[in-house]
Amino acid sequence: MSVDMRTYLAHVELANPITTAAGCAASGDELSQFVDLSRLGAFVTRSITMAPRAGRPTPRMAETPSGLLNAVGLQGPGVDVFLERELPRLVDRGARAVVSIGGGSVAEYTALARRLADAPGVTAVEVNLSCPNVEDLGRVFARDPAAAAEVVSSVRATMRYDVPVVAKLAPDAADIVAVARACVDGGADALAMINTPLGMSIDVDTMRPALAAGTGGLSGPAVRPLAVRCLWQVHAALPGVPIVGMGGVFSGRDALELILAGACVVSVGTALFHDPYACLRILRELEDLLKERGFERLADAVGLAQRPPGAGPRHRIDLEESSL
Amino acid sequence: MKETAGTAVQVTGTVLTTRRVDAYHALTVVAPGIAERFRPGHFVTVAVGGPHTSMPARRAFAVHDVKPDYGGTVELVFAVRGRGTAWLAERKARDTLDLVGPLGRPFPVPRDPAACVLVGGEYGSASLFALADVLQRRGCRVDFVLGAASADRVFGALRARRMGETTTLTTEDGSLGLRGRVTDALPSVIADARADVVYACGPMAMLRGVTAVAVEFDIPVQVSIEEAMACGYGVCMTCVVPVIGDDGVTRMVRSCVEGPVFRGERVRFEDIGTIPFDALGAPGGRAQEGGAHTRNVS
Ligand SMILES: Cc1cc2nc3c(=O)[nH]c(=O)nc-3n(C[C@H](O)[C@H](O)[C@H](O)COP(=O)(O)OP(=O)(O)OC[C@H]3O[C@@H](n4cnc5c(N)ncnc54)[C@H](O)[C@@H]3O)c2cc1C
Ligand SMILES: Cc1cc2nc3c(=O)[nH]c(=O)nc-3n(C[C@H](O)[C@H](O)[C@H](O)COP(=O)(O)O)c2cc1C
Ligand code: FES
Repeated sequence: MSVDMRTYLAHVELANPITTAAGCAASGDELSQFVDLSRLGAFVTRSITMAPRAGRPTPRMAETPSGLLNAVGLQGPGVDVFLERELPRLVDRGARAVVSIGGGSVAEYTALARRLADAPGVTAVEVNLSCPNVEDLGRVFARDPAAAAEVVSSVRATMRYDVPVVAKLAPDAADIVAVARACVDGGADALAMINTPLGMSIDVDTMRPALAAGTGGLSGPAVRPLAVRCLWQVHAALPGVPIVGMGGVFSGRDALELILAGACVVSVGTALFHDPYACLRILRELEDLLKERGFERLADAVGLAQRPPGAGPRHRIDLEESSL
Repeated sequence: MKETAGTAVQVTGTVLTTRRVDAYHALTVVAPGIAERFRPGHFVTVAVGGPHTSMPARRAFAVHDVKPDYGGTVELVFAVRGRGTAWLAERKARDTLDLVGPLGRPFPVPRDPAACVLVGGEYGSASLFALADVLQRRGCRVDFVLGAASADRVFGALRARRMGETTTLTTEDGSLGLRGRVTDALPSVIADARADVVYACGPMAMLRGVTAVAVEFDIPVQVSIEEAMACGYGVCMTCVVPVIGDDGVTRMVRSCVEGPVFRGERVRFEDIGTIPFDALGAPGGRAQEGGAHTRNVS
C-alpha cells in the first residue's frame, strides 16, 4: 500500500511535501531538462526583487566540509520580467509556483506583493526575510522580530486572502522563536526555515577570503543540525503553524529527520547542484522510509519526535532489557 | 541512465582506463548517452568523493574525446588542484562515476571552409582536438598554438603535430618550443595562416591576451571560459561573467549555460571579479532592460 504523501501549506494542498528551495533552481527551465516540474510538491522561485539585480562579484562560491558558501546577492531579472516570462512558463509546465520575494525596505516588499496579488498561478508567497533593511543600517529583517513582523503583515494585507504568506526565517537570529511568533502574529500563514547562516572561508594559498564578498550564506549538510534545532524549537512553541523545513536535505532520511522535527513541507536546495534529480529521488526515498516504518500518511510523521514516546504508529514494546 | 527533455543526461559511468599524461591525469569513462550527444566544447560535471561525500559541489571538466567503443566513452584530462581532483586521480578501472553532460554551449563552427587557429593553454588544449576533427572534416585549415609554464604541462603536442597544418609550442621556462607565451607566437601564426578565426581554451589571462590579438587582426575569436561552478547546469548562479550582449548591454551571464564558449570580444575580461557599474542591474546603475536608470535597492 502506498503512503498518502499529501500535505498542506496553510490551507493549500500539495500533492507531496518536496519542493525546491528558493534560489536553488533558477527559473525552472534549467531543472525541467531533467525533471517534470509538475511532480514536485511545489516549485519555489529565486527571491524576486523589484528591479533587475546583477548580484555580487565572483568568486561567489566556496565549498566547505559538507557545505557550500554562496554570495550570489539575489541576481535576477526583476519582477516585471518574472511575471512576463518566468511565472507563465512555470504555470505552463504544471508547477505549483511558490514565489519568493526579497526587498530592502517594507515598501519594496509591499510593492512586490501588490504586483503578485493579481498574477495568476501564485500558489503561495514566501517572504525572504534574510535581506538587509536599507532603512535600518542594513540590519537583516530576520534578526529583528519587529522588523520581520512589519514586512509580513504588510505583505499579508496586500496579498489575496487565499494565497498563503510564508515567512522565511534565518537561523542566526538571537531568538528564532521570538521572530517566528512575531511573524505569525503579523499574519504569516506558515513559516520556512532555515535560510543560510552567515559563514566565511579563507583560502590559505592566496591568504585571502575565498568569496569576493568576504562572507556568504552556508548551506548543505553542514547546516542540517542547525535546521533541526530551529524546527524543533519553533514547532514546540507554535505547534499549529505549518513549517517548510530545509537545510542540507540530500536524502529521504534527511527529509524525514526534518519532518519528525516538525516540518510538513521539505525544500531541497544545495542537493540540486549535486544531483539535478534530487527532489524526485528524495521523494521516493522518503515514501519508502515512511512505508517501512508503518506510516499510512505523511501527516502522521510531522513533529512525531516531539510527541511522547509511544505515540508513533507502531508502539515500541519489545525493547530489550539492559544486560547490565 | 536518465533521459531528459533537453540534451544533458545523468549517467553512472564506468571507468575504463586511467593514465598519466605528463603533468595530467586522463580518465576514459563508459558513458553512453553523453558520448552520442557530445559536440566539441561541451563539458561534463562529475560528483566527487563517493556516496557519503563531504563535497557537495560537482566538478566540471571539458570533454577531451569521445569514442563509440563500449556504447560510447568520454575522455577527461585533468590536473590535480584540490580535494575533488585528488579523489578523481585515485579512480581505477571498473570504478563508477556519476557524470552529468554534455553541458554548455559548444564551439560554433564556420559553415564554409576557413583557416582556423586553435590556441590551448595547459590542459585547455584538451578540448581542441575534437574541434580540430570537426573543422578538418569541413575542409578547414587548422593551425595549433599550445603553451604552458613548462614542457610537462603542454598538453597534446604530438597530436597537434599530426593534425595541424603547423604547430607552435611555447613554454614560459623555455623547456619546450619558444620561450614565452602563446600570445607572443600568435600574431605570426595568424598572419602566416591568413587565419579567419581563432579558437582558444585555457586560463582566463591567456584568453584575455588571445582576444586582444584577434581583435588586433580584426578576426572573430571564440574562447572557452573556466569560472568556478557549483552546479554546471544553470541553477546556482555562481559562475557568472560580465558579457556584452547583441544590444550592447552588459549582463552577468552564467558561463555554464550561456557559455563556456563566448565571443572573446564580448567578454569583459578586465572586469571579471567585479560587477561593472554599467551592467544590467548593477548596484546604483542600470536597473532596467532598455536602459532607464533607476536607483537600485541593495
Ligand atoms: C567548463 C569547465 C571546464 C573545465 N575543464 C577542465 C579540464 O578539462 N581539466 C581540468 O583539469 N580542469 C578543468 N576545469 C577546472 C576544474 O573544474 C577544477 O580544477 C576543479 O573543479 C577543481 O576541483 P578540486 O576539487 O580539485 O578543487 P577545490 O579547490 O577543492 O574545488 C572547490 C570548488 O571550487 C571549484 N573550482 C575550483 N577551482 C576551479 C576552477 N579553476 N574552475 C572551475 N571551478 C573551480 C570546484 O569545482 C569546486 O566546486 C574546468 C572547469 C570548468 C568550469
Ligand atoms: C546558491 C544559493 C542561492 C540561494 N538563494 C536564495 C534566495 O534567493 N532566497 C532565499 O530565500 N534563499 C536562498 N537560498 C537559501 C536556500 O533557499 C536554503 O534556505 C538554504 O540553502 C538551505 O537549504 P539547503 O542546505 O538544502 O541548500 C539560496 C541558497 C543557495 C545555496
Ligand atoms: S554553475 Fe551553477 S549556474 Fe553555472
